[in-house]
Amino acid sequence: MVKPTKVTNSIRALREQAGLTQAELAKQIGVTRQTLIAIEQGRYSPTLELAFQISRAFGVGLDDVFQYPSA
Amino acid sequence: MVYQERNTWATLIATVITVPIYIVIVLVEADGGPLTEVEWVPILLWTMGASIVGAIVISILWGIFAGMGDPAGVGVSDQRDRDISRLGGRLGYGVLVAFALVAFVLSMVEADWFWIGNALFLGFALATLVGDIARVVAYRRGMA
Repeated sequence: MVKPTKVTNSIRALREQAGLTQAELAKQIGVTRQTLIAIEQGRYSPTLELAFQISRAFGVGLDDVFQYPSA
Repeated sequence: MVYQERNTWATLIATVITVPIYIVIVLVEADGGPLTEVEWVPILLWTMGASIVGAIVISILWGIFAGMGDPAGVGVSDQRDRDISRLGGRLGYGVLVAFALVAFVLSMVEADWFWIGNALFLGFALATLVGDIARVVAYRRGMA
């Protein structure tokens, strides 16, 4: 249940690059700020739909936001 | 803390307070005699009522207090809340089924209604506890 996910993400870097606060990005993708924090810190794996919404909010591809080890 | 987590805490707090009070009242009423002779039904109903009302009151008061700091967050839930709610529900359901089986066996052996009713009550109470503890842990430590 509390095992960390292997999926890593670059949300924080992309968000800071875009000049967005956590609250602004959370509102844009329709989640609470706490959920966005949990995703950023790898404590919650977003659904595929939410992952696409996040990547679209930055105007980049899914692979640019989320990374998964190949082996 | 998000709206759904506050509600989870409210239920957890109300359950943790009311269930031990019920057990103590039943034991005091028995006064060392057989538990099956205790008038447990009204005590049980009052406990369940107090637990439900207590959870609602805690949730409302906490909501008012929290809403002053974060008015936009009142009543808002998202996918993570639903995922965490399902996780707690699954674990709680397992406990409830186990105690329902105990009640089933007790009724087959024609045990006193006291034991059947209380096995079910304990099942509901522990299912709520286990489910809510799992939810709180998921909110605090994550469910990746």
